[in-house]
Amino acid sequence: MKYDAGEFDIAVIGAGHAGCEAALAAARKGHKTLLFSISLECIANMPCNPNIGGTSKGHLVREIDALGGEMAKNIDKTFIQSRMLNTSKGPAVYSLRAQADRKKYQQEMKHTLENQANLYLKQAEITNIIVEDGKVKAVETNIGAVYKVKSVIIATGTYLKGKIFIGETNFESGPDGVFPANKLSDCLKNLNIELVRFKTGTPARVNKNSIDFSKMEIQEGDKDIVPFSFENNKLEIEQVPCYLTYTNEKTHQIIRKNLHRSPLYAGDIEGTGPRYCPSIEDKVVRFSDKPRHQIFIEPMGLDTEEMYVQGMSSSLPEDVQIAMYRTLPGMENVEFTRPAYAIEYDCIEPSQLKLSLELKNIKGMFLAGQINGTSGYEEAAAQGIIAGINASLQLEGREPIILHRSDAYIGVLIDDIVTKGTNEPYRMMTSRAEYRLLLRQDNADLRLTEIGYDVGLVSEERYQKFLDKKENVKKEIERLKNTNIKPSEGVNKILEKNNSSKIVTGVKLYDLLKRAELSYDILEEIDKNRTVLNKQEKEQVEIQIKYEGYIKLQLAQVEKFKKLEEKKLPDDFDYENMKGISLEARQKLNKMKPISIGQASRISGVSPADISVLLIYLEQYNKKK
Amino acid sequence: MSTIAAISTAPGIGGIGIIRLSGKDTFKIIEKIFVANKEEKIENVKGYTIKYGKIIHPKNGKIVDEVLVSFFRAPKSYTTEDMCEINSHGGMVVVREILEICLKNGAIIAEPGEFTKRAFLNGRIDLTQAEAVINVIEAKGKRELDSAINQLNGELKINLNEIKNDILEVLTNIEANIDYPEYDVEEVSQEKAKEKMKLVENKLEKLLNSFEKGKILKDGINIAIVGKPNAGKSSLLNALLKEERAIVTEYEGTTRDTIEEFINVDGIPVKIIDTAGIRDTENAVEQIGINKSREMIDKSDLVLAVFDNSKKLNNEDIDILKLIRNKKSIIILNKSDLIKNKEYIPQEIKNINENTIKISAKKREGIDEIYKKIVELFNINEIVVGNETILTNIRHKNLINEALKNCKESLIAIEEGLPIDIIAINIKEILESIGKITGESVSEEIIKDIFSKFCLGK
Repeated sequence: MKYDAGEFDIAVIGAGHAGCEAALAAARKGHKTLLFSISLECIANMPCNPNIGGTSKGHLVREIDALGGEMAKNIDKTFIQSRMLNTSKGPAVYSLRAQADRKKYQQEMKHTLENQANLYLKQAEITNIIVEDGKVKAVETNIGAVYKVKSVIIATGTYLKGKIFIGETNFESGPDGVFPANKLSDCLKNLNIELVRFKTGTPARVNKNSIDFSKMEIQEGDKDIVPFSFENNKLEIEQVPCYLTYTNEKTHQIIRKNLHRSPLYAGDIEGTGPRYCPSIEDKVVRFSDKPRHQIFIEPMGLDTEEMYVQGMSSSLPEDVQIAMYRTLPGMENVEFTRPAYAIEYDCIEPSQLKLSLELKNIKGMFLAGQINGTSGYEEAAAQGIIAGINASLQLEGREPIILHRSDAYIGVLIDDIVTKGTNEPYRMMTSRAEYRLLLRQDNADLRLTEIGYDVGLVSEERYQKFLDKKENVKKEIERLKNTNIKPSEGVNKILEKNNSSKIVTGVKLYDLLKRAELSYDILEEIDKNRTVLNKQEKEQVEIQIKYEGYIKLQLAQVEKFKKLEEKKLPDDFDYENMKGISLEARQKLNKMKPISIGQASRISGVSPADISVLLIYLEQYNKKK
Repeated sequence: MSTIAAISTAPGIGGIGIIRLSGKDTFKIIEKIFVANKEEKIENVKGYTIKYGKIIHPKNGKIVDEVLVSFFRAPKSYTTEDMCEINSHGGMVVVREILEICLKNGAIIAEPGEFTKRAFLNGRIDLTQAEAVINVIEAKGKRELDSAINQLNGELKINLNEIKNDILEVLTNIEANIDYPEYDVEEVSQEKAKEKMKLVENKLEKLLNSFEKGKILKDGINIAIVGKPNAGKSSLLNALLKEERAIVTEYEGTTRDTIEEFINVDGIPVKIIDTAGIRDTENAVEQIGINKSREMIDKSDLVLAVFDNSKKLNNEDIDILKLIRNKKSIIILNKSDLIKNKEYIPQEIKNINENTIKISAKKREGIDEIYKKIVELFNINEIVVGNETILTNIRHKNLINEALKNCKESLIAIEEGLPIDIIAINIKEILESIGKITGESVSEEIIKDIFSKFCLGK
């Protein structure tokens, strides 16, 4: 029996990291938003590693925060260890990572959702999306409730036709023992959406009391905690350590001996797994000369003894898993609470999307997260907030937000999957960003707050603070440029103390700060009358001056890049009949319908010669108009 | 829009060669490199006028060529932009040098069909002609691609790949270090990065030099004419010069006892060193002697050994034959018109099995064959056919130059102790430049390399 469950603006399917951001963004923008989850116990779950951030992912979290998202705030409330990684490798790649109390993270997020005006949280499986005349009309639950909606955001993660593999055993399941969503997959297929099958995996969880940590290396959190959210200035908590141990020859022997029992090697798994999340059996086979592999033991929370064993994901049978885990120093008597497994799921071929994350041929249908072929909580959340914003903007009759590759990691992520597609679960990496020095985690607010404010997710108060920060940084840089330091015994003493060469003529503070061995804080001694800046402001002043040359170099590269991005291609361009463009390029262009010459140039199979012909057609088109 | 430049005349022999410039900086560039005979400010030159003057190398003040420059002022030009056409004295070397000077002073090399494309984009050409433009670009692009591919099969490709792999090694290490900070990937030490980048610097420099030197196009071919007095060297030289259709230049050799003449063989400059300069000196034979001949032979790429075929070879002739034994040479049997047996070749010459041509310098018989032989020996046909290759070469050279610049900057950055992330910016730029030559995308390659070289991930 079906029943009319009412009218809403936006329905978000799935309440993982993508779904939560999407629903919050839409509701906060004033749209009546539904958020469905097969189980409300699974909101914002971390079915794999219990941490947020890391290289490039930390950048994403900060960008989400600058746009007015929730992830950074939520982890700041619930982290149990925090570390800034890569501090010796340059300002652009500083990467913040926090271990989460997984359950608390979920509870916090659920509570935030519950308290959000305009947001309606529902436990239900969506089995059908009704589309008429190429437009989304309604969604249907498994028990027959029909919700009329104007748009839908699909964020089903790894639930679509989820199938778990543990050795010779396999069964239909979502992650972490939750039901899979089997019917929605078929609904998407019926809507002519091209699906592909991907695979990922997770290691076992083990009981802390069965581990002897004295045989492992301890990894403490940072003393000085840097919050994820730009809105938090200081955080202090009692931190919990992680531990490091290693595999050994014995581990590898057990794996090799039992390879034939792996569903991967037996060929049962058809999905494509990511290169960067290899199972332990993969590592042992592919890097057979490596005598040992690192294994990190991470706490799952404060109110649980469960630990996550990073580096040991596997789809071998449980008995083999237990045997191999027990070869690790400190894990001789380890007790499993949950075995490692591989999971296969349906996702879409992401080149069917526009850069706004709306499907090209179904108006009002947006997709975000793992269903788009990505992997990772942060990647999912990043798409979630963009889908939430753009679904809302569409209802408001406004143009979607499309972040460029030179604006944000989010821009790189979406452009990559949409323009190039992906043949494995896509993970963000700093190496993927061309303008890495500009897309730093420290300046995510400077890059994106304006946009967050413009779409209405950043409050007036926060925006004012942001403007103040910007102004303070600008003024301080000006001041340093104009403040001359005269050579004196006192000054030279301070310089010498810091291994810096003496000055013989007057030098601007700005030029002193450019010296590698001097920092803004060190210079305080010879710059007593400076105005007091907060930590974030100081950081900006320092980085912007120290790396000015390289920042300018990248800005010049961005200028070049933007020229092609700004050459917009019309939707109704008939690529098929364009003489002078290679057949392959014509077909791809026709399928992709790129929005700009820049995007067209990144499609594989489109050559520079094709682009120069395309430019002529574009010119011709614009003239006719 | 940027200012573009290209050689507009077909390669090979021609009375003149034209270098064309178009874009807003055209006159600025001309101002820098051109001195009109009647001194005049370039900015005051009217459109549709031609000025006579010299192209001067702005760096060393050297006169490159006497030229005529036509001026076209926007919008009254082919592209509707400011344009100039430099008419030079032809010969690929000079034309190419002028183009390079233009490029060094702010112009960029024009893409295939770009002048026409600009004409179209600026509304100069009718819309109906657009298709023709596309055809031009397509055809030229294909040809250029062909020649580029040809080139990339050779040594250049091997060299570039080697450099690319060296860089990838450093970069992959850096990137793996950055993206996987907690994994036991070997840290990139300053010394290691420096060592590798020094190596890359060396290789790039060597590659750049190979563009400068080595190329026949750049340096031309040096030919020495040897032979005993009265064998007919002077008349051979005169014959060669008369056959030649465009004498590029003529001046006294740097040493007083030789003369250097330039001829143009299918677009390639050929310098002939001969002893004509001392023709009138007394005791010429003693002065030159075997030593002088040896010196000349050593300096040359090709020897024309002239013998009087109407007389029997004497000891002096035999000495000359010995001298050229291991040298690329053509044996010229002069005065062949004077002998009855037209097939006659002295046994001594048959024995050494060299390229032999019978001529009569006086009657100008067989001179064409000498030309043909030179063309054959140096594959001049191929060089000229691949004219686009020459253009591509300049593009390549610029890119290699760019790569070298970034390599040097990366070394400075390493020296200054900047973090690896910053160093990676320069190193990536090197890869970008090389990628523009080989047409390969590098960013995917880095990521692929990271995962194939290192065992990473949870």
